[in-house]
Amino acid sequence: MINLVRNEMLKLLRKKRLYVIILIIAFLVPLFTYAQFKEIQDQREKMGNQDWRTVLQQEITDTQNRLSSSRIQDEWRKYLKIRLSQQQYYLENDIDPRAPGAPTFMRIFVENSIDLLLPLLVMVIVADLVSSEASGGTIKLLLTRPVKRWRILLSKYLAMMLSISFIVLSVAVLSYGISGLVFGYGGWNMPLLTGFAVSGDELLTENVHIVPQWQYILMEFGLVWYVCVIVGTLTFMLSVLLRSTAAVMGIMLASLIAGAILVNMVSSWESAKYFFMVNLNLTNYVSGMATPIEGMSLGFSMAVLAVWGIAGFIIAFVTFSKRDIY
Amino acid sequence: MSDIPALEVENLTKKIKRKLIIKGVSFTLYPGEVFGFLGPNGAGKTTTIRMIVGLISPTSGTIKIGGKNVRTEFTEAMRHLGCIVENPELYPYLTGWENLEHFAKMDASIPKSRLQEVVALVGLSNRIHDRVSTYSLGMRQRLGIAQALLGKPKVLILDEPTNGLDPAGIREMREFIRTLAREENLSVLVSSHLLSEIQLMCDRVAIILKGAVIRTDSVQNLLAEQERVIWKAEPLSLAKEILEKETEIQEGLDGTLITLYDEPLLPEWNEKLVQAGVKVKEMRTQLPSLEDLFLEVTGGESID
Repeated sequence: MINLVRNEMLKLLRKKRLYVIILIIAFLVPLFTYAQFKEIQDQREKMGNQDWRTVLQQEITDTQNRLSSSRIQDEWRKYLKIRLSQQQYYLENDIDPRAPGAPTFMRIFVENSIDLLLPLLVMVIVADLVSSEASGGTIKLLLTRPVKRWRILLSKYLAMMLSISFIVLSVAVLSYGISGLVFGYGGWNMPLLTGFAVSGDELLTENVHIVPQWQYILMEFGLVWYVCVIVGTLTFMLSVLLRSTAAVMGIMLASLIAGAILVNMVSSWESAKYFFMVNLNLTNYVSGMATPIEGMSLGFSMAVLAVWGIAGFIIAFVTFSKRDIY
Repeated sequence: MSDIPALEVENLTKKIKRKLIIKGVSFTLYPGEVFGFLGPNGAGKTTTIRMIVGLISPTSGTIKIGGKNVRTEFTEAMRHLGCIVENPELYPYLTGWENLEHFAKMDASIPKSRLQEVVALVGLSNRIHDRVSTYSLGMRQRLGIAQALLGKPKVLILDEPTNGLDPAGIREMREFIRTLAREENLSVLVSSHLLSEIQLMCDRVAIILKGAVIRTDSVQNLLAEQERVIWKAEPLSLAKEILEKETEIQEGLDGTLITLYDEPLLPEWNEKLVQAGVKVKEMRTQLPSLEDLFLEVTGGESID
């Protein structure tokens, strides 16, 4: 099995996909670092004051003002209220939620890339894992070896897992390394709040507790890895089912983008919560953001994703070991 | 020829969407034999071959490679098999050597030294560390054979092995296949739609048409029956008159006469012609075209 996985990794490396992904990340991170830097600078200029408490106080006042306006939608009001109570909690406990530093940047970066950017990168690797063998004809040589078909597919799946882990790891390393040049490398032990729960339009703070930022980041990266594996598994299944890599990419891209759009408008369509693509934003549960649909929770979303992932895995393996190859 | 068959195909059928496309194909290959699989495009050659190598599962029937059933003992059966199905499609972004390494790693019984051996055998030593995307078709074909020979198989299956090769390449391939069969006691199954190719390469041949084997015989027997003699003689009418008494004749398009090839009688016919004052300008044997052969064997049924 190790030899088979090695073969798959060799092919992946030779196709240079992983390098492309590293390049994409290495290009985007400085971009976002600069954006973040500008934003902080901007805020400081506006306040004319270096103290974050004043800034936070200002934000709270802003939010309160917006809430008192009668023209805002119910949805928005709900979100603002949650945000407000969170901000107040930070202020009362003397915790700066946006203290700049490389770890903070890392955290914000993964939180924002979990539902689209990272799944897209995963897709680039996984989409042609099986379909390229079918369209290139090499599958005929691969499947006439003294190795059972499911073992060949499993080796490809394991290679996928390794690449996903590699992508997530390089996101961590690159975002820390590059942003640290600007923000400094400190801040691992900064206390952060987690455990927010949303019930109706109330922010439940009874389970809220403080964790050091490194623990918080570790948790978020775990969730990011989980989401990537599920998206990878579904792409993998499509790659088995379809001969054309372009079709695999098209379907995956369409559903991921559909997910990003749906999240913003499905709050009253309750059964939409069983789609995998509206459940990708797992890190939101950690930071205590409003859920797109009532009744969604971290456990629920992870379970929905697990069901989709397991189904995809089974479909992929059953089809692959039974299919006739022409 | 030993008595243990290297490849045994029995009553193989395949149904696709309720349509029977392979209708009970059976044949046997013995060690050291080159076996031809002859049929027009679409006759079911490739489908049959894909069933033998395990890419397509048969609807019914059994396939045994070196005595191992492909369905129930897949890995054991595949250990005795090397194949190229249609084109030799290898990984273009890897070097020839890496391709071989890749396939060698999939079978733990292949020692490292075997790679060097097969590369030397197919004569690719100079270019083996170049990327496959830079190879010519002939080189890819050779690399394809190298990968098929990696596991020291008992049975080698080549689907249209000379497709796209130039005449020199075709001859080289033919000699290579014969050498392999003779020296390594390998059974080779070669498919082709060209009779001339099968005739030069194979010991025995199975003719397949519309998903069924309509005839299995040695190449000699098959051709002897169907070989023709073409006569060019003057005056034509007289020659025709004389030959008509001896045998069945057909008139060729360009003023020639065609008779069956009957070796013991030929000199006699010739003598009679000469005695009657006919000038025999040319006498040559001609192989039947594949089409003729099919027409003959199937009794006039058309190919499509």
